Amino acid sequence: MSTIAEAQLSSMRSDPSGAPEQDEVIRLQQVWKTYRMGDQDVHALAGVDLSIKRGSFWAISGSSGSGKSTMLNLLGCLDRPTKGTYLLEGKDIASTSDDELSDIRLKHLGFVFQNFHLIPQLTVQENIALPLFYLGIIGSEASDRAETLATRVGLGERLGHRPTELSGGQQQRVAIARALANDPSVLLADEPTGNLDTATGNSIMELLGELHAQGKNIIMVTHEPDIAAHAQYELVMRDGNIESIRENPPHHSRAQQQEAQA
Amino acid sequence: MIASRFLRNVHLGIKTLLLHKMRSMLTMLGMVFGVGAVIAMLAVGEGASREALDQIRKLGSQNIIINSQKPVEQAASGAMNVRMNIYGLLYDDLDRIAQSYETVDRVVPAKLIRGQGRVGGRTLELRIVGTTPEWSDLVQRNLIAGRNITQRDLDENSSVVVLTEHGVRRLLSGRQTLGAQVLINSGYYTVIGVVQSEETQSSTMQTPDQNIDAYIPINVAIERYGDITVSRSSGSRSRELVELHQLIVQVDSIDNVESTAAAIERMLELSHPKGDFSMSVPLALLRQAEATQRTFSIVLGSIAGISLLIGGIGIMNIMLASVTERTKEIGIRRAIGAKRKQIVGQFLIETVVLSVSGGLIGIGIGLLIPWMITIIADMPTAVTPWSVGLSVVISVGIGIIFGMYPALRAANLDPIVALRHE
Repeated sequence: MSTIAEAQLSSMRSDPSGAPEQDEVIRLQQVWKTYRMGDQDVHALAGVDLSIKRGSFWAISGSSGSGKSTMLNLLGCLDRPTKGTYLLEGKDIASTSDDELSDIRLKHLGFVFQNFHLIPQLTVQENIALPLFYLGIIGSEASDRAETLATRVGLGERLGHRPTELSGGQQQRVAIARALANDPSVLLADEPTGNLDTATGNSIMELLGELHAQGKNIIMVTHEPDIAAHAQYELVMRDGNIESIRENPPHHSRAQQQEAQA
Repeated sequence: MIASRFLRNVHLGIKTLLLHKMRSMLTMLGMVFGVGAVIAMLAVGEGASREALDQIRKLGSQNIIINSQKPVEQAASGAMNVRMNIYGLLYDDLDRIAQSYETVDRVVPAKLIRGQGRVGGRTLELRIVGTTPEWSDLVQRNLIAGRNITQRDLDENSSVVVLTEHGVRRLLSGRQTLGAQVLINSGYYTVIGVVQSEETQSSTMQTPDQNIDAYIPINVAIERYGDITVSRSSGSRSRELVELHQLIVQVDSIDNVESTAAAIERMLELSHPKGDFSMSVPLALLRQAEATQRTFSIVLGSIAGISLLIGGIGIMNIMLASVTERTKEIGIRRAIGAKRKQIVGQFLIETVVLSVSGGLIGIGIGLLIPWMITIIADMPTAVTPWSVGLSVVISVGIGIIFGMYPALRAANLDPIVALRHE
């Protein structure tokens, strides 16, 4: 197992003064997120610098209170930094309105949640087509695209089903298909396997791995080390800042690494 | 594209509401009854007022009706002895009214005498109306057969009579009507015409005509019956001298009716200090009826308005509960990229769908109730198209007004908090 190389780490951390690189999707520069608790300021993020290249697969982990959830909300444009710069596709998020933020989520981001978060009154197909509805794509074009996506995640036969009629793994596949509907720059996953058994969780990770192989940018928050090991980069957070970034060897699952060690 | 997106939202709203059928139906009840009450109440009110207004219009809105009236003190002493009661309108009054006012088009006098009609073995209590041809111009009724009294009948002192449909049915059924001879108070008259008359007499106002009328030329009435009538009641005899029983004054325009009526009344009061006459102005009655109707409508409208308000509050209550219940859904939609206004739109459409559905059912009930009232209680009702239109507008309005607050609450939820909501 490779140790943290300081040089490598610093290259991952973006240079606060540096110009954005061409293949960079996300760039954080001295990002602070501060909450007011009573008469105390709590820094959920304390001056984070990060650069994420196009087509990379990241896992963010850390103990609770380390700021990983705040990080994900911020990266997902559900929140704005108190201080600092967040560039997504070269656009500064800090100075956007609520409507613009919604628009960025709609066009550039896809979300996968721990609890799947499907809308119960809609069918599988309608759930997948939901982002398309807000993009103004409706009718047969939307249902065709939803069907294609459902097939891509292996649920082509379940288009008319309700989420409650599906297993957890299937629901998460629907959620992934929905997150892909707008062809996002970044796919954000919050504990995507947290509510699934190990086997189902592994199959979901394989799906995410496939998507990464097809060039998708994936950022995943997880507290399970063997899930994090599926990612290309493992980022560990502590006290509102990045403690370490480690690069895993490409195309090696955790199991293969263990075999190699043994 | 906006239209199809709107339809998509409506479709989604209906789908969501159908998920909780019982709850949606109970929520709609307020609107159903509110709208139903508005339409039904307005229909009942409109029916009643139309009937009243119709009756008043039959009196003629340009007419002033002056009746002779037995003065109160004389009426009391009349039964005590056999003296002559002299009261009422004079032939002079007719000329004076006809000549004194520019606004008066014409004045029609009438002598009203109780009598008995007889044909063969059949008899009928009649009211003999001795009048001029102009009566039929002022009191317009359908002529069923024959003709009205003409000036020639007056000039020639013809013993002719125009009977009502009712009178003909009672006296002459099965016989040739026109040309028949009818014995009225010991004088024979030839039937020259049959008119329709008011079958129903409302208690509040009396039409100039009755269904037992027998119209004869006024000079024939004066010649045959004179001005004195004798009536017997409970052993005592009373004699009355009345020159004219009724004057119908036609004014040239509706605008002048009330001022002319006031002027005539002042003049008559001078020459009739006993107050032995009474005036009725159909137009004033009409105005009064309209004012009453307006008050009635306001009261009914307020009641219906309150029930609609309660219905609206019920809808708001359920929508607020729905927003809380669907916090997670709102969070998901916001995370996916729905803007605040799109969330507002979604919930607003849902509320409007709810209130309009209730409103439509209410319109159905509002149409059904007046129909049943007419059948069961035999009361006239009239559903006005504008009340149905108003109900639709109110339904949409209530949906928007009472849906706005819950929708804004949904839209203003922080997506992060909403997503974490369980």
